[in-house]
Amino acid sequence: MDRRTPLGRVRGLGSAKEGTEHFWAQRVTAIALIPLALWFVASLATYTGADHATAKAWLAEPFTAIVMILLVAIGFHHAQLGIQVVIEDYVSTEWIKVFSIIVVKLAAVALAVAAIFSVLKIAFGS
Amino acid sequence: MSTKERPLSPHLQVYRPELTSVLSILHRITGVALAAGLLLLVCWLLAIAGGAAFYEAVQAFNAHWFGRILLFGWTFALFYHLCNGIRHLVWDTGHGYELPTVYRSGWLVVGASVVLTVLAWIWGYSSMGAL
Repeated sequence: MDRRTPLGRVRGLGSAKEGTEHFWAQRVTAIALIPLALWFVASLATYTGADHATAKAWLAEPFTAIVMILLVAIGFHHAQLGIQVVIEDYVSTEWIKVFSIIVVKLAAVALAVAAIFSVLKIAFGS
Repeated sequence: MSTKERPLSPHLQVYRPELTSVLSILHRITGVALAAGLLLLVCWLLAIAGGAAFYEAVQAFNAHWFGRILLFGWTFALFYHLCNGIRHLVWDTGHGYELPTVYRSGWLVVGASVVLTVLAWIWGYSSMGAL
């Protein structure tokens, strides 16, 4: 027997006021990051001593630019989901907890946009 | 209201560290470390877009012994978090919870991350022509 109210059922939310979105997003981004992280380490190992011109030419290639943007976007999303859980677990003062989570989420977006803009700037050759 | 010093439930320090608990906290620590590592990735991308002088400065930091130690730590953190993350994904399917299996997969993760870290650095040094 389903004891949830009709409103509760339609929202799909329990007492935690959220569903499984956080858990699910963390798993989906984790799966995406397996090939992206391996590609990233392989690329760094290959281009570790590269001069500026070589690094720039490598990042300007369409494949590199696309995969790097995916790595940055998905990587930052996964990171802020994880840091959020760490903050929720260890910070007990409510306003510091909420404040730090907001700062982390906004910083993640800002840093990801800065990194993606850099890649696009190189890829579109200016 | 008067409150007496009441006994609390046992906390972390009363337990002997086990492979399972150590690997679990290491997953969290490496995750936080990798989030910090993303800052260096942003710096590196900004530097490539920013010009040769900026790029040389970031590369000089990476080539310094302190930068090398950080990068080595990040390489291990990445491989550990990756391997143990796969272990977690397998657990999410409901498999691998038998105690001997948990220990076997735990040691497998430790071994794989060490080997992959060393291989990545051998690859890195050989592509720089240092080997």
